[in-house]
Amino acid sequence: MYTPEMLESIKIVEQTRPRRLKESFPRLTPEEKDRLLRSFHPDHMPDAQRPVRVGPNKGDKMPHEHVDLLESRSVLDPDTFPLDRVDYDVDVLVIGGGGAGTSAALMAQEAGASVLLATKLRHGDANTMMAQGGIQAADKENDSPAIHYLDVMGGGGFSNIPELVAALVLDAPLCIQWLESLGCMFSKFPDGTMNTIHGGGTSRKRMHFAHDYTGAEIMRTLRDEARNRGIPVLEFSPAVELLTDEHGQCAGAVLFNLETQQYLVVRARTVIIATGGCGRLHIGGFPTTNHYGATADGLVMAYRAGAKLIFLEATQFHPTGVAFPEQILGQLVTEKVRGLGAQLVNAAGEQFVYPLETRDAVSSAIIRECKERGKGITTPSGRQGVWLDSPMIDIIHGKGTIERELPAMVRQYRRFNIDMTQHPILVYPTLHYQNGGILINERAETGVPNLYVAGEASGGVHGRNRLMGNSLLDIIVFGRRAGTNAAARAKTVQLGRLTLDHVRRFHEELAREGLLGQRTAPILLPDYRGRIV
Amino acid sequence: MAEEKEMVSIYIMGKQYRVPYGVTIMKAMEYAGYRFIRGCGCRGGFCGACGTVYRKPGDFRLKVGLACQTVVEDGMHLTQIPFYPANKATYNLEELTPTLATLLRHYPEMTRCLGCNSCTRICPQELQVMDYMAAAQRGDIAKAAHMSFDCLMCGLCASRCPAEIVQYNVALLARRLYGRHVAPRAEHLARRVEEIKAGKFDAEIERLMKMDRLELQKLYDARDIEP
Repeated sequence: MYTPEMLESIKIVEQTRPRRLKESFPRLTPEEKDRLLRSFHPDHMPDAQRPVRVGPNKGDKMPHEHVDLLESRSVLDPDTFPLDRVDYDVDVLVIGGGGAGTSAALMAQEAGASVLLATKLRHGDANTMMAQGGIQAADKENDSPAIHYLDVMGGGGFSNIPELVAALVLDAPLCIQWLESLGCMFSKFPDGTMNTIHGGGTSRKRMHFAHDYTGAEIMRTLRDEARNRGIPVLEFSPAVELLTDEHGQCAGAVLFNLETQQYLVVRARTVIIATGGCGRLHIGGFPTTNHYGATADGLVMAYRAGAKLIFLEATQFHPTGVAFPEQILGQLVTEKVRGLGAQLVNAAGEQFVYPLETRDAVSSAIIRECKERGKGITTPSGRQGVWLDSPMIDIIHGKGTIERELPAMVRQYRRFNIDMTQHPILVYPTLHYQNGGILINERAETGVPNLYVAGEASGGVHGRNRLMGNSLLDIIVFGRRAGTNAAARAKTVQLGRLTLDHVRRFHEELAREGLLGQRTAPILLPDYRGRIV
Repeated sequence: MAEEKEMVSIYIMGKQYRVPYGVTIMKAMEYAGYRFIRGCGCRGGFCGACGTVYRKPGDFRLKVGLACQTVVEDGMHLTQIPFYPANKATYNLEELTPTLATLLRHYPEMTRCLGCNSCTRICPQELQVMDYMAAAQRGDIAKAAHMSFDCLMCGLCASRCPAEIVQYNVALLARRLYGRHVAPRAEHLARRVEEIKAGKFDAEIERLMKMDRLELQKLYDARDIEP
């Protein structure tokens, strides 16, 4: 139910559409892109970031929302919290029940390790479940992992860690095959050939998908397999602190049962952090595409244990978050809409950016169009957005394409009486992905012995900007590597006493800097009580 | 512009709250002071955590929606169903055949279906649940898989079924059977996996890994883009 004013604006979009169908907006030169990002990307706004004053990344600038958490104290008192009773004793503790955590758990169990998967909400409540567009892998004849490597590097601003990118692109086809053999219903041609398309920043059509429920299809398949294999899962039991022994090795974690408010002590020879993203921190005050539990817990716990972070100053905003209707503000409109040919159009009915530039560029261009050029469309609640001309898709690919390829999107808008096959949709950048995170090597190891990280919580593989389809890939590649490697390592680990010594040392460092206050972290869940977000 | 927002009354498990007009049930409950632990997941209509049932005064009809996607109505009497016990069979997908016999062996209660359509009526995704179950009962794995594909596994169908079937678990098995045993394998994918295992791309990747930023940038800018 668009307002009359919005319908008038849509008429202009419809007038320019026939011409625009034959038009191709030029791509940015590297210099133009650099200028665009520096002037309009939220990461570069003054007062958005400050240096963290304690810990392994002392002096590094990152968004205030991250620094606030990293400079907080533990929810536990390291001097009095009892560690004498151990509730679980396992080879591999996986913290986080999304795609990375579940992949890790499956591989660890396959390798013969005893596994416990602890997750904050339900098994499968993760950003994985909402990923829509696709998963990249270079398995077509005209493509190769080397070309994929180049795309990833360029997309990341050439800051990516080479070993991590190599692992990502070389493991990719194997990971798709693994998912296929688990029964994932990838969209295929009748002969079994994978249906693949472009994403932002790709030079080959290597995005595999399952309609626009790709993440959900992967997640429910992995979750079902974990259940079939009897992997122990503790739901509603987020970790609040890692444990270390007197030698500084990671030795397990303390979990908190959200429903009974009880703490659980898990002794584990290896720990895999797969806690996902940070969207519910609302960096820069933006709405987010992320799930309810995305509060960067893993970063906080790993940091206290001595793990280094990387690229946290680079936050990914998805260019096309819902700008209208207000009820679903910030929710994801998949890049696939642009991949299928829809153009971004301003209030004058004109294109202003090539739709499949990398996300940081498209986001910045939309912000520039609205803020500097004043060519955005204003919603009844005063927000700005630009049109994403979705009806172009059926015109280009044939009637019914949108319904077939984007059922989740169609349904989302139909619930609010908007038909995206007939009318364009209004979009604006939304907080989407944590490009950086806890630094790992290609074995998914951190600098803390026995501590592994996989998925969005890790940093280095995407550099400063992740390409579409590489996150679903990341979680499978490094989830599997973490699980396999942790299981192998667990065979030789000798643990000492369980301690919270690293927390005590961290509190002491905070106190020395005058930062030891009352604020605690991880926050576990955002607090939206008493207001409309 | 929201100065004096219009308010409506909703009843959360029988208790009245005044909440702003036009917001979703999820945001209304948080406005009222709830901090979700159960009943909130992706907040975007994908995970099925927030299945909510409601009635309005003077109307016997039971309505349903996802709390994160459904707008409040004045007089709505609602509750969430964050969990419903569900029979889930354990299986080894590798050993199964994509047949009716497989479905029946794991979910024999399928045959108790009365054809009452309660499952279809309660589905927040508006799926044709009874129809996909009918396809399953005919052994049409492909049809059951495709028709159920958008299922969020929210559990509302199972909560209403008089025959005590868990439709979404039957559908999940059908989909996995389809993906593993019916859909043809991607040949090009299998070939590429073998090539990688044989080290065909190792030298090229190693060369790329050693390049500095300038060299990589040159190669990157010179990429030909598949049309």
